[in-house]
Amino acid sequence: MNMEARPTKTAADEGFVKAFAEAGAGLPGGANVKAQRTAAFGRFEACGLPTRRVEQWKYTDLRSFLREAKPLAPVPGAGERQRAEAAGAAFAPVKPRRLVFVDGSFVPELSDLTKLEEGLTISSLAEALTSGTPDVVSRISESNVSQGDIAYALNTAFMTDGVVINVEAGKHAARPIHLVFAYCNEKPESVFVRSLVTLGAGARLTLLESHEAFGAEDYHINSALNLDLGEGAEFDRVKLGTDSPKAIHVATTGAVLAADAKLRDFALTLGGTMVRNQAFVTCNGTGAVVDLRGASLLSGRQHVDTTLVLDHAAPGCVSRELFKSVLDDESRAVFQGKIMVRPKSQKTDARMMTQSLLLSETAETDNKPELEIFADDVQCGHGATCGALDEKLKFYLMARGIPADEAEGLLIKAFLGEVTDGIASEGVRVALAGVVNAALDARG
Amino acid sequence: MTTPLLQIKDLKAEIAGKEILHGVNLSVPKGEVHAIMGPNGSGKSTLSYVLAGKTDYDVTGGEVLLDGTDILGMPADERAAAGLFLAFQYPMEIPGVTTMTFLRAAMNAQRKKRGEPELSSPEILRRVRSEAEKLGIDPEMLRRPVNVGFSGGEKKRAETLQMSLLDPRFCVLDETDSGLDIDALKVVADGVNRLRSPERSMIVITHYQRLLDYIVPDVVHVFSKGRIVRTGGKELALELEANGYAEYVVEEAA
Repeated sequence: MNMEARPTKTAADEGFVKAFAEAGAGLPGGANVKAQRTAAFGRFEACGLPTRRVEQWKYTDLRSFLREAKPLAPVPGAGERQRAEAAGAAFAPVKPRRLVFVDGSFVPELSDLTKLEEGLTISSLAEALTSGTPDVVSRISESNVSQGDIAYALNTAFMTDGVVINVEAGKHAARPIHLVFAYCNEKPESVFVRSLVTLGAGARLTLLESHEAFGAEDYHINSALNLDLGEGAEFDRVKLGTDSPKAIHVATTGAVLAADAKLRDFALTLGGTMVRNQAFVTCNGTGAVVDLRGASLLSGRQHVDTTLVLDHAAPGCVSRELFKSVLDDESRAVFQGKIMVRPKSQKTDARMMTQSLLLSETAETDNKPELEIFADDVQCGHGATCGALDEKLKFYLMARGIPADEAEGLLIKAFLGEVTDGIASEGVRVALAGVVNAALDARG
Repeated sequence: MTTPLLQIKDLKAEIAGKEILHGVNLSVPKGEVHAIMGPNGSGKSTLSYVLAGKTDYDVTGGEVLLDGTDILGMPADERAAAGLFLAFQYPMEIPGVTTMTFLRAAMNAQRKKRGEPELSSPEILRRVRSEAEKLGIDPEMLRRPVNVGFSGGEKKRAETLQMSLLDPRFCVLDETDSGLDIDALKVVADGVNRLRSPERSMIVITHYQRLLDYIVPDVVHVFSKGRIVRTGGKELALELEANGYAEYVVEEAA
């Protein structure tokens, strides 16, 4: 008999059980997909939402954040679609190809599917699941994301839509693709989206992503991205987290890199009451390069968790992580970074750094680096710093006539600059700088 | 007689409960350059910080009037906008903020506070380039983060550049000669001398007489143990150079 203490079901747990019983059968996909949904839901049902007792959720008690299961998002009506038109404006100067999701449903008429570059195919996940595209169906469960991860299991059980993007070997999708997520329902809702991106050998793609609310503020978004990078493929992602102040946002990325593939991922987080960006990255081929960065600018009681599991499963791969947070009031930043170096993965070069700037006495940052190294010829390091604004620098700026709040803004921007400077596209860098400036001005 | 541009009356200040300035009295008329010389630890730098508005220090008594207005209640940025400039002994390095961004922010912040229209970026660039050239500052330096990786001479030139662009009424130069070789000292002193005018006054704080060969003061004050203990003409600097500060230190200790 299993003697493990099974927590009692919470209202949220029961809500999801009820939702799955009622709506599960209507979710897109044939028998094969449904079986995978049921299996995933079974994993959720066995343990419920994770609490602090689950090591991976030690600093982010999902159970206490997610008090109730909000109803599954309905198909957006005309009003919702109309409100979504303003979404994603921050990236407009880059002129990306917009793919718009309203309350988690792909809306073709708001999206741009014209003049697809050669070798680029785009379809909605709902479409792919309904038509039973074999590659899509098989990849639902076959990913490098930990099968025990409950947030991901919930995503598998409830995913309603998302996007499936393929770039053929050797092709370069020159125009960035922007996944525009707009939450427009006037009632609280739960949204589950899943996207699959596949780059053939030597293919290149830049993916932008933004989240904004135009309806009820207290929504729950659970998104997942499965990423498969072929040999020498190059993938850039820039995610702009401008959720409403009451949103709960849990995002999972599962990325698998073949030899010499390059993954650059950056997330700027400003919104949401609780945000968790978790990434599982596996370097399966020699010479893969991983660069994960993040910046967050938090206030009030915001809680932002970045959790990384980086698996160096092949020799000679390089990984860099740099995460910075600016924390005011009672906000809290959590960073959990695990680097695994397998026995055969000699010449691994892995470095992880987190830095926090605390603007108040009550802000908090928690860092948990974990290194599991089974090879003997590797370079692997981690570091964490935490401090207040430098008063001497602030005085220097003020002595030149710059007012206190403007001086602080300059120093905060300078602090975050090191992270944003790593973004390859100048247009995207400028767009994000504009977002950061607006956020700092609003801070006033 | 007209009011002095800067009047310090019985100024007392402490840090962490320890009094450093024990009642400083000083008047600097318009157009004059006053040197303040004194041994290390006498409180010269404290005086410069207290004038500029560094909040580490608590002013426990006295007044500082700039053109008749008490500035002690103003935060540092308002004092700067009112026309006070402190050239730092050790200018700060600010990673991530380019010199040009910093200069633009400072110039426009001061103009804004004085109710003057902000300058356009091209106009600022023109002014900065023109002043930088006079000081022999490489335009490349303007694109680098403020003072980061600058040599001692470059930092002091950058301070002088800021001073000339911000066009203050009153300048406090804190140990501007420290860390400078003789060539750099000449360049910086030339820059400072160009700013001398009947409308502008300066306090030049220094430990050595050498700087005063290049920036010739109208009046020299000897500072010891947190107050001015002697005042004289520029020949006083030569006397100090010859005899050292022992006389003043001993006198205070006795």
